Amino acid sequence: MPATTPPSTAAPAFDPEAIRADFPALDQTVYDDAPLVYLDNAATSQKPQVVIDRMNAYYARENSNVHRGVHALSQGASEAYEQARETLARFIHAPDPDTVVWTKGTTDGLNLIASSFGPTVVDEGDEILLTEMEHHANIVPWQMLAERTGASIRVLPITDTGELRLDRLDDLLSEQTALVAISHVSNALGTVNPIDAIIDAAHAQGVPVVVDGAQSAPHRPVDVQAMDADFFVFSGHKMFGPTGIGVMYGKRKHLEAMPPYQGGGDMIDRVSFEGTTYDDIPHKFEAGTPNISGAIALGTAAEYILNVGRDEMHAYESDLLDYATRRLEAIEGLRLIGTAEEKTSVLSFVLDDVHPYDAGTFLDRLGIAVRTGNHCTEPLMDRLGLPGTIRASLAGYNTRADVDALVEGIRKTQDLFG
Amino acid sequence: MSKPLEERAQRVVDEFSMFDDWMGRYEYLIELGDTIPAIDESEKNDDTYIHGCQSDIWIQTEYDDNQDVLRFSGDSNAKITKGLAALIIRVLDEQPPEVVANAGFDFLDTIGLREHLTSQRNNGLQSMVSEMKQRARQYTS
Repeated sequence: MPATTPPSTAAPAFDPEAIRADFPALDQTVYDDAPLVYLDNAATSQKPQVVIDRMNAYYARENSNVHRGVHALSQGASEAYEQARETLARFIHAPDPDTVVWTKGTTDGLNLIASSFGPTVVDEGDEILLTEMEHHANIVPWQMLAERTGASIRVLPITDTGELRLDRLDDLLSEQTALVAISHVSNALGTVNPIDAIIDAAHAQGVPVVVDGAQSAPHRPVDVQAMDADFFVFSGHKMFGPTGIGVMYGKRKHLEAMPPYQGGGDMIDRVSFEGTTYDDIPHKFEAGTPNISGAIALGTAAEYILNVGRDEMHAYESDLLDYATRRLEAIEGLRLIGTAEEKTSVLSFVLDDVHPYDAGTFLDRLGIAVRTGNHCTEPLMDRLGLPGTIRASLAGYNTRADVDALVEGIRKTQDLFG
Repeated sequence: MSKPLEERAQRVVDEFSMFDDWMGRYEYLIELGDTIPAIDESEKNDDTYIHGCQSDIWIQTEYDDNQDVLRFSGDSNAKITKGLAALIIRVLDEQPPEVVANAGFDFLDTIGLREHLTSQRNNGLQSMVSEMKQRARQYTS
């Protein structure tokens, strides 16, 4: 079902005003006089009070290192840390918590896969298939891998509306293809990619698929088993969690076969100068003292979303995206960039005769936080022939009033710069 | 002899102090963009181009060895950036290379526009100033 279908009766249980009240950062003015309208959620989301409280509580009373101490605090911290892993496994329907590896975030996860898994499947002369809409984080680690191994990068193109050219998939998935890395949802356009079809096509040729879920995990139900992803990575901070913590899910067979990424404490079984044996997954990939408070609080963020109701929040956001799309489409001199059939949370646009930087700077002064520029997708902007766009991105705590404020802000921007 | 840098900067501060709201200052800044000594279209090339993540700038430097001063011309594709570039050029234009090389931009603080000259903004202005100063240093003995 297209995400943009307006649900005529959005789930009655979902109350955006109640959600909004959970996020203290939303209730403030900037530049002394402008009430904040936060529409930069694709960059990072705000945090609910329960997540902030969880971090505070950890440092106030529970702080201790994990997996090391026999004392009460260490056991408590280790338990909370592993419980959070179970919550995140449930959040993406991973088969078991051992397949959930803590990372610093999506970028870290992609680099881990490219460094550790990459060389086990990519050889000289092989091809790594990406798409034209990827974030730099899902391009550069693969370029580095290609350089190291003598492989090359192939790119699945997009249409003018910002959808993948699936008709080109058969051409590009060749005997040489060793790995596919693709975003579930585009950060710059909001396009929801037909991930199941791409994974099926790749698997038919025995090619593993890495899914960048940074923009999907916060907004849509994710089932890594149903999509059959080999790897699925995402960040905590875009889904109401802290910065510096994220998840790399991988199929057990891959994780067990991969060499460790970094060496150090907490990832070993036995160490001697003659040789070292490594711990089992997932700890094999978690060298050193991890981001304990971040992992625990990300567990709280995931619980928060599950309690609110993922389907309900998704339905609400789809309705809001639909409303925002209609309102922006009605503005003369505004062109939406990325008009895919199925989209999530992102409205990218350009204004006739107004540079995105001018628009972003002026909207900011009005209290409206949007992102401008190339959104770390330079190849995509080159493909679209744009220096950048203005991007408003929604979350479950945004309301129609936020969209109305954006529309009013755009009108004022056009008056000043047009 | 051209007016000293401080005097020109003070003039800018005085002009901006006439506006008691930020909207007026922005409108004025955009107007100032039109006063920039415009770089010739034919001079917009790799040598004069400064890539900012958010906006692009072209800046050209000429040295007048008779008077020992630098002359600047420029442009930007964003109006706020262009207005600020015009302000900076207005203060630094026809100044001796030593003055340009050592110029400070406290006046931008005073008029509340300093944040535009930070690398965080990625608008190219900071690179533009670095480029102007680097060129200036080539002519200081």
